[in-house]
Amino acid sequence: MSRTSVPARRPAGLKAATLPKWFPWAVAAGSVALGLGISTAAGLDSGIQWALIAALLFVAGSYGISARLEGRRQAKDRVATSLIWVAFLLAVVPLASLVYETVRRGTKVLDGHFLTHSMGVVADTETGGGIYHALLGTLEQVGIATAIAVPIGVLTAIYLVEYGRGRLAKAITFFVDVMTGIPSIVAGLFVLSLWIVVLGMGYSGFAGSMALAILMLPVVVRSTEEMLKLVPNELREASLALGVPKWRTILKVVLPTSVGGITTGVMLAVARITGETAPLLLLVWVTNFINANPFQDPQASLPVYIYLQYANSGGSGAAYDRAWAGALVLIAFIMILNLVARGIARWKAPQAGR
Amino acid sequence: MDISVENDTAPPTPLPAPARPGDSARGATRPGDRIFLALSRGSGVFLLLLMAAIAVFLSLRAASAIGKDEANFFTTFEWNPTGDPPAFGIAVLAFGTVVSSVIALAIAVPVSVGIALFLTHYAPRRLGGPIAYVIDLLAAVPSIVYGLWGALVLVPHLGGLYAWLDEYLGWTGVFEWNGGAPRALFTVGILLAIMILPIITNVSREIFRQVPRTHEEAALALGATRWEVVRMAVLPYGRSGVVSASMLGLGRALGETMAVAMVLSPTFDIQASLLDPGGGTFAQNIASKFNEATTDGRDALIASGLVLFVITLLVNGTARLIIERRKEFSGANA
Repeated sequence: MSRTSVPARRPAGLKAATLPKWFPWAVAAGSVALGLGISTAAGLDSGIQWALIAALLFVAGSYGISARLEGRRQAKDRVATSLIWVAFLLAVVPLASLVYETVRRGTKVLDGHFLTHSMGVVADTETGGGIYHALLGTLEQVGIATAIAVPIGVLTAIYLVEYGRGRLAKAITFFVDVMTGIPSIVAGLFVLSLWIVVLGMGYSGFAGSMALAILMLPVVVRSTEEMLKLVPNELREASLALGVPKWRTILKVVLPTSVGGITTGVMLAVARITGETAPLLLLVWVTNFINANPFQDPQASLPVYIYLQYANSGGSGAAYDRAWAGALVLIAFIMILNLVARGIARWKAPQAGR
Repeated sequence: MDISVENDTAPPTPLPAPARPGDSARGATRPGDRIFLALSRGSGVFLLLLMAAIAVFLSLRAASAIGKDEANFFTTFEWNPTGDPPAFGIAVLAFGTVVSSVIALAIAVPVSVGIALFLTHYAPRRLGGPIAYVIDLLAAVPSIVYGLWGALVLVPHLGGLYAWLDEYLGWTGVFEWNGGAPRALFTVGILLAIMILPIITNVSREIFRQVPRTHEEAALALGATRWEVVRMAVLPYGRSGVVSASMLGLGRALGETMAVAMVLSPTFDIQASLLDPGGGTFAQNIASKFNEATTDGRDALIASGLVLFVITLLVNGTARLIIERRKEFSGANA
């Protein structure tokens, strides 16, 4: 079809033959049709296969046709372009499926009853029950973790930006970066060996909060550091020139200027730790009952709730539905935190640059 | 000193005065300043102590566990810390962790670099912004949700693909499939690839965005096609950045716990086929065995956690050092 619209001749001088704009789309449509045809003919049942076949056909097809009509260099360019589009689509498909499935299956049992009841007297395979106990636990544990991590994190960032010079500051910066990569289960094991094995404390929401705080700390330090660096030096100098002590300059000038950015960073850090499961499984243990006291006895939490509904379901649909609904609530919570954080960042952004 | 001796007619010591204010501003003379400096420095030091404490406490428990271990900790294909005699080793876990992470990287790095290029050089401007935003949000999806999706959506879809791989590549031994549920190391690799995509994409995108425009325009002016611009100007500039982005992704894949625990059906042996259920990873093993572990069993799990900690520390440290070196380099360039 492209043959008729473009005469097939060798490129002469600067005026090289080019294929029309709709060419990639035509090849794409052709290869999808052919891929579907081949897979139905061969009786392949999986969607992944015909997509792979179609992608291969698309890349090979556009190279072949373009190499004949436009020359080898243009053909390579087309292959690269199509490969990059394929990479993009490959990544979008699972991510879109994740969101779609969570919403579709999660909305089945998600209602007022689900949000306000616990699993206390509901067997794992029965219908009914809810996530109240898990929501309560997650809010308390994440709240305590935030209360521990934010002061330490912000103070560390202040040290790095306002005071820190020399080897100590360099070491702290490096280890903050390294700490960002600590697997959550290792943080859990550390608190386990210190708090539960060595000090002999029991499982509690607080133990989990400590592990979450360890995971949160480096994120808070990093983002606060970036924000403090944005505060113009003229503000500090003006304040110091008026004879204001340095600590009051930091508290009254530097921090208020950057408070929007710091809040954003903290909220992103909270969003990150809200979904942590592994350390909570090790440190808070599990329960189906409401426990409002984070300092004693096992507590539920949303991520662990999802895991339990999945693991103890014995293949029952009711438990899977609850797991998906829990996942939907968790994702919604994290997404809202993210969106609000970004909103604050945008709203406060001009002030930081002033 | 020499100057003041020579110019004894000049007003007494005018020179050192302007050099000092830095000291007095920093010097914690006022009690408020002293307390505040102590607090903020204390927090920093606390952070360092925390890292040290993590290493020390894990090592202590690990040492007590390895002391009781009757078998070689590194080469034993068995996990029986409560047996008589206790015998456990990390060979299977190390194999599973490395293999699944390598599969994840092999899939995720090309795709992420592709997306990063797509966002910076190929996508229509109107599309680029929202997509980058969505990828940012996806980085925030918790691993437990990926695990749930992997176990209930991805696993049932992989049967066809595995049958196909078995038919055409089964002769290699690596892609042999016996038809069981595809809860295998390869599945874990695919899921981990999806999970580390956003972070690798984000870091690579930042790097590709920093490519000097003059380099690209020079290539375009010489008549290069878009792909040639990418190959000759963008990729060489971004190579070290992509390497460190991949290592950050690797660090995350190595330590991933819940998603692996939900998707894999673990066994404690090493098998040639990646498509058959079996194997295990450090983090998955800790999460799955913790339920039934006694004190000795817990210590053994902590020992394996220490190994994981050291590995991720090395990987992340290396990635950070590469980024750090790059920063200095590009700073000198700017």
